[in-house]
Amino acid sequence: MYKIGIIGDRDSVLGFMALGFSVFDVNDADSARSALRGAVKDGNFAVVFVTERIAALIEDEIEKYKDMPMPAVISIPDKDGSTGYGMSNIRNAALRAIGADILFSEK
Amino acid sequence: MAEIRVNPTRMELKKLQTRYTTARRGHKLLKDKRDELMRQFLEVVREDKELRERVESRLSEVYGSFSIAAAVSSPEMLREALIMPKTEGTLNVSYKNMMSVTVPEFDFKASAVSDGGVNYGMAFTSGELDTAIVELGGIMQELVRMAELEKTAQLLAEEIEKTRRRVNALEYIMMPQYQSGIKTIKMKLEENERGNLTRLMKVKDMMVKKTIEAKKNVSDTDAEEDI
Repeated sequence: MYKIGIIGDRDSVLGFMALGFSVFDVNDADSARSALRGAVKDGNFAVVFVTERIAALIEDEIEKYKDMPMPAVISIPDKDGSTGYGMSNIRNAALRAIGADILFSEK
Repeated sequence: MAEIRVNPTRMELKKLQTRYTTARRGHKLLKDKRDELMRQFLEVVREDKELRERVESRLSEVYGSFSIAAAVSSPEMLREALIMPKTEGTLNVSYKNMMSVTVPEFDFKASAVSDGGVNYGMAFTSGELDTAIVELGGIMQELVRMAELEKTAQLLAEEIEKTRRRVNALEYIMMPQYQSGIKTIKMKLEENERGNLTRLMKVKDMMVKKTIEAKKNVSDTDAEEDI
């Protein structure tokens, strides 16, 4: 039985509260960092969603959990729409694995 | 490329040859592993990409109705309405072994806390909020699936990178080193063999010369005696 967390600006994440997510509403990099750290330390979070704009601020922190099976730190768009950050994450993973951008090159 | 220094002995040759065959076998295995990992990785990434596109567009719809709801009611009211979750989601995590990479599998089950509808009074909230929350509930499964796929992709990417490095190290460093070591030893041994052969021939020549000389001397004295 694991929890799902979400980190992001207030207006974007509030709705997720209704679904039983653990909501961390943050406005700057520092509070986002400590929220993420707290969630990881807690050990009960399997998935932590982070809104793209916040994720871009704390990229180095997220990078640390990339190679661990848990938790999955996944970026999602916030209320102002997608910045393409989440998609670029997949692209980077592909780039890392294959060494060439073959999946997204058609765009 | 750095050459390895070897003693030109048969024992060393034998050792290097075994190491070379091991390296070649390992290289083949790792290459197969890399290819298979790559195939699975591409599958995961393709699905993830599609899913993400879908989730992102649906999520923006949710945010749309949500911001309308936020606009018509006060923030305190909104918070109050949402503080009691409508659904209690249970997330179970199991692990799957994918080409010796441990990847998580998320299993999300949403169970309604209250039966149907929403968990707040209708009087103070707008209809958009209801829509937003119902829609959000609808994409939960996809969100969790997306998280699973993305995590899998990340973990596989790491493993592929590692395997690729190993394959390259074997192919371009280890195996050529062994090969050149083996070649050096073989050449040295052959050289020694040739040196030995010429020495033997030389010695034989000397011995033959000596006997001829001896015979000559003997026949000379015989001739003198005859006279």
